[in-house]
Amino acid sequence: MSAAHLSQPGPPRRRFVEILLGGGLLATFVSFLYPVLRFLVPPAVPDLGGDEVVAGKTGEVKPNSGKIFRFGSRPGLLIMNSDGTYRAFSATCTHLGCTVQYREDLREIWCACHNGIYDLSGRNMSGPPPRPLDVFGVHLRGDEIVVSRQRGA
Amino acid sequence: MTVFAALFLWLDERLHLDDIIAFLRHKTVPTHRLSYWYFFGGITLFLFVIQVLTGILLLLYYRPGASEAFESIQYIMTRVQFGWLIRSIHAWSANLMIFTAFAHMFSVLFLKAYRKPRELTWVTGMLLMFLVMGFGFSGYLLPWNTLAFFATKVGTEIAGQIPIIGKPIMIFFRGGEEVTGATLSRFFGFHVAVLPGLVTVLIALHLFFVQRQGISVPPKLEVEWTANPSAKREMRFFPNFLLRELMAWYAAMGVLGALAALFPWNLGVKADPFVSAPAGIKPEWYFLFMFQTLKLIPPKVWFIDGEVLAVLAFALIGLLWLLLPFFESDQPSRMKVWITGLAVFAFFYVTGMTLYGFLAK
Repeated sequence: MSAAHLSQPGPPRRRFVEILLGGGLLATFVSFLYPVLRFLVPPAVPDLGGDEVVAGKTGEVKPNSGKIFRFGSRPGLLIMNSDGTYRAFSATCTHLGCTVQYREDLREIWCACHNGIYDLSGRNMSGPPPRPLDVFGVHLRGDEIVVSRQRGA
Repeated sequence: MTVFAALFLWLDERLHLDDIIAFLRHKTVPTHRLSYWYFFGGITLFLFVIQVLTGILLLLYYRPGASEAFESIQYIMTRVQFGWLIRSIHAWSANLMIFTAFAHMFSVLFLKAYRKPRELTWVTGMLLMFLVMGFGFSGYLLPWNTLAFFATKVGTEIAGQIPIIGKPIMIFFRGGEEVTGATLSRFFGFHVAVLPGLVTVLIALHLFFVQRQGISVPPKLEVEWTANPSAKREMRFFPNFLLRELMAWYAAMGVLGALAALFPWNLGVKADPFVSAPAGIKPEWYFLFMFQTLKLIPPKVWFIDGEVLAVLAFALIGLLWLLLPFFESDQPSRMKVWITGLAVFAFFYVTGMTLYGFLAK
């Protein structure tokens, strides 16, 4: 099993058969690998949330408090300010994806994981978050608080 | 090639691979007109590797649990790309593996490869056979469909027939008095953790014995070759036999791929404990010979329950079968005729009862 023995080129016919055999085995291997790789990719989960979701009823949220609601497969944060106006944000912290919460004592949005703080417009004020929270639109439909994604905003 | 050669030299310098290569070069496989039976053990091993690989893939999406198992397999088969193919290969390969394991066992039996000094190879092989059937039985429940549900109910009920220890065994397997989601959890654990571990250890032992002792020659030839060593015919294991074995694997893969693609495995109907068993329900084919025996045995034999008698008889036969090599003579010229007779009888009993089970209404 010396290097010289291994690298010795054989007669052309043998070389041809070797290429044929090697190519066949390689093709077989690829034909197995392809379905396996496709299998590994999880099928896309449709985001069932759409562009609009009912985050709660008007009686549910008190002034100066927050509520986490489902927006598709991700959490959202609904806040009622002391003056009775509503605001809604994506509750996913822009730092490393924890779910943020409303701090009634600070009147700010706080992420418990790494002490990130956003103001009531969703702007990152201190701590590690690199970007503001995504802001959602809020409007009332009867007694329902409807949160909508703001397209292109 | 030079890259490979350099890599080989690098490894050889550190690990002294030349010893292993020298060992492989010395290793030979006897050549005679029945040599091709030697392939079946290797094919079984190959199919086991396929089971491990496809099993790991299925684990990415499968969820055990009475309310999720069936749905998760439905998801695998309809939503995941090539999911139907992977599951189908897993199911077909399982069946082929049990078939080749049986072929391997009977070839060893008829070629008398089990006799001294290879008793332990036979014992580990038989233990592997029981475990592989355990794989089949536990894996069958995982889709949580009607057939699986009743197969498990009947199978564990049979274990429950054994006097005194039967009931605790049944409760242990079921995880309670009835077949429920708890049973599914247990079977899942057995199927993906306990059995693979045990089987891996036993395969390692089995192969170690084969490596250590070399490959057996039928007694008649052994007598002939000992008397006249120049008549001895052998081929080198590496690369001659190994390349032939690889071709056998390639063929097995072709058969497997064709079966899995042309006859995708059914999922059936989700199990419901409050629905009657469907007509014509049967266990998997490798349990059919025992199932058919149970159907034929009268409810009372003398004063013993027929069922109890059959279960005890099968347990006893299994135990004796495991110890079969210890009844054989250690002289290749004086093989026991009754063992050959028993092997022939077992072969025809198993195939006959299996066919009968298939055809019976």
